[in-house]
Amino acid sequence: MTQLASANASVVVEQLRYWNPQAVAQVIEYHGETTIVVPPELLLATAKQCKENPALNFNLLSDATCVDRFPIEPRFELNYSLVSIPRRDRVRLRTRVSAQHPVVDSLMPVWPGANWLEREIFDLFGIRFEGHTDLRRILLPEGFEGFPLRRDFPTEGKR
Amino acid sequence: MATVETAVGATKAMVLNMGPQHPSTHGVLRVLLELDGENVVTAVPDIGYLHTGIEKSCEDKTYSQSITLTDRIDYLNPLGNNLVYCLAVEKLLGLEVPKRAQYIRVMMVELQRISSHLVWLGTHAIDMGAMSVLLYCFREREEILKIFERFSGQRMMTSYIRIGGVALQPPAGWREQVKRFLDMMPARIDEYEALLTENPIWQGRLKGVGYLSPETLISLSTTGPGLRAAGVPFDNRKMFPYSSYEEFDFNVPMRTESDCYARYLVRVAEMRESLKIVRQAMDKITDDGAIKTEAPGIVPPEREKMKTEMEALIYHFKIFTEGFSPPPEEAFAVVESPRGELGCFIASDGSPKPLRVHFRAPSFINLQALPYMVQGQLIADTVACIGTIDIVLGEVDR
Repeated sequence: MTQLASANASVVVEQLRYWNPQAVAQVIEYHGETTIVVPPELLLATAKQCKENPALNFNLLSDATCVDRFPIEPRFELNYSLVSIPRRDRVRLRTRVSAQHPVVDSLMPVWPGANWLEREIFDLFGIRFEGHTDLRRILLPEGFEGFPLRRDFPTEGKR
Repeated sequence: MATVETAVGATKAMVLNMGPQHPSTHGVLRVLLELDGENVVTAVPDIGYLHTGIEKSCEDKTYSQSITLTDRIDYLNPLGNNLVYCLAVEKLLGLEVPKRAQYIRVMMVELQRISSHLVWLGTHAIDMGAMSVLLYCFREREEILKIFERFSGQRMMTSYIRIGGVALQPPAGWREQVKRFLDMMPARIDEYEALLTENPIWQGRLKGVGYLSPETLISLSTTGPGLRAAGVPFDNRKMFPYSSYEEFDFNVPMRTESDCYARYLVRVAEMRESLKIVRQAMDKITDDGAIKTEAPGIVPPEREKMKTEMEALIYHFKIFTEGFSPPPEEAFAVVESPRGELGCFIASDGSPKPLRVHFRAPSFINLQALPYMVQGQLIADTVACIGTIDIVLGEVDR
């Protein structure tokens, strides 16, 4: 139960606030997990800071996923789960994107491993990643219409 | 249909379709290879043939119903998938699991790790031309599946680990059966090693093949034996212990060569470490005690209670008709699966069905490294690389 206990959570928040007070819009703590909400326009810079600041050193992008909060706006919530192998720490970055303009900066320049993770989100949620070098559908066939993991897509599929 | 941009020029390069029915792709992986003679110029993996929308299906089921779906994600590691899903739900609910159930979970997951590595070893050896190893590996895997059958009634899709504990009490005589397996297994691993480790053909096919530097592997989000074979000590069991792994004494096998041979050595050494963990877990599991936590409304009550107490009957009815509603939060649980970091992210909106269930599938993410591994190598090396990444297509496509 105590896994992921981020003992250094306050360090991460402090370092990011010190770097740019605007970067930390909100901090959510739940059962030892820290989520830092970042404004979408600062996502790429914050990610870079998380990786390159030696006091943070989040060298591994473990996961990226999206949550659709339809009909609440901004409806899409992107979650990036970061791991620091040398510091034994984890943190989650979150940013919110609206349905009218579902575009966010790609994290490929920081972690090339974001490639397929972002393609998967593009494929299933229809969020576009600016700066992604190869943004194609990955799991679904190319001619597929719609984005099945959106909440307004029926589970049994469209007829 | 993916297309390949030809860097070498259309007259020289040849595009070859490998898969999706090629036996060495371990399922339905398709790789588009652009070849210059027998050397790979680019490799473009094309996946999705096995996409079944498990994450979407989970959104339409109650929390307890989804457990059977998790078995089918990585079909060589069903117990690990059960575990990560249950850990995520338990974190969402703030449930504590009894120690005895935690040790049973550890024992089952480690047996599963051995069986998964056995399937890997056998199939990879076939890919490399050593046909007999598969028969040896499946002989021992059968013993593990028999243990699973005794525990859960199922050989493969066990669904044994449940929210709040495990499904059933260990069966009578389980200790002897597991002990028999533990006593037999070290000699059997020696047997595989005698067939392969010093085998000049095996070494020739694997040594120096598929090298990637540790920095590249980390930047590509690779985890598991592939990363540990590059000398990076990343193992969730040690770094972010779950299910009481901090109480167990074991090593994390590592190599520094970062080639296919090093990945093979790491996996074989991991089997031996898993045996150590199973033995310790067996000693820790007491003969009787609770296997489920007491959480009315979340964990189904015992059968006897259900027939004698009215509250228990009501809870039982409610759990199986409408389910339970965790607080509207998110939880992310991770375990170390045989293939790397397996994660489960659950977002709840306070209703009995999850808003979003996402699996961080190690096979999917590790496969990203394939184009980098095979660049400039031979077609035959591509087979070796696909093999040592150890993908399970069910998990890649979900």
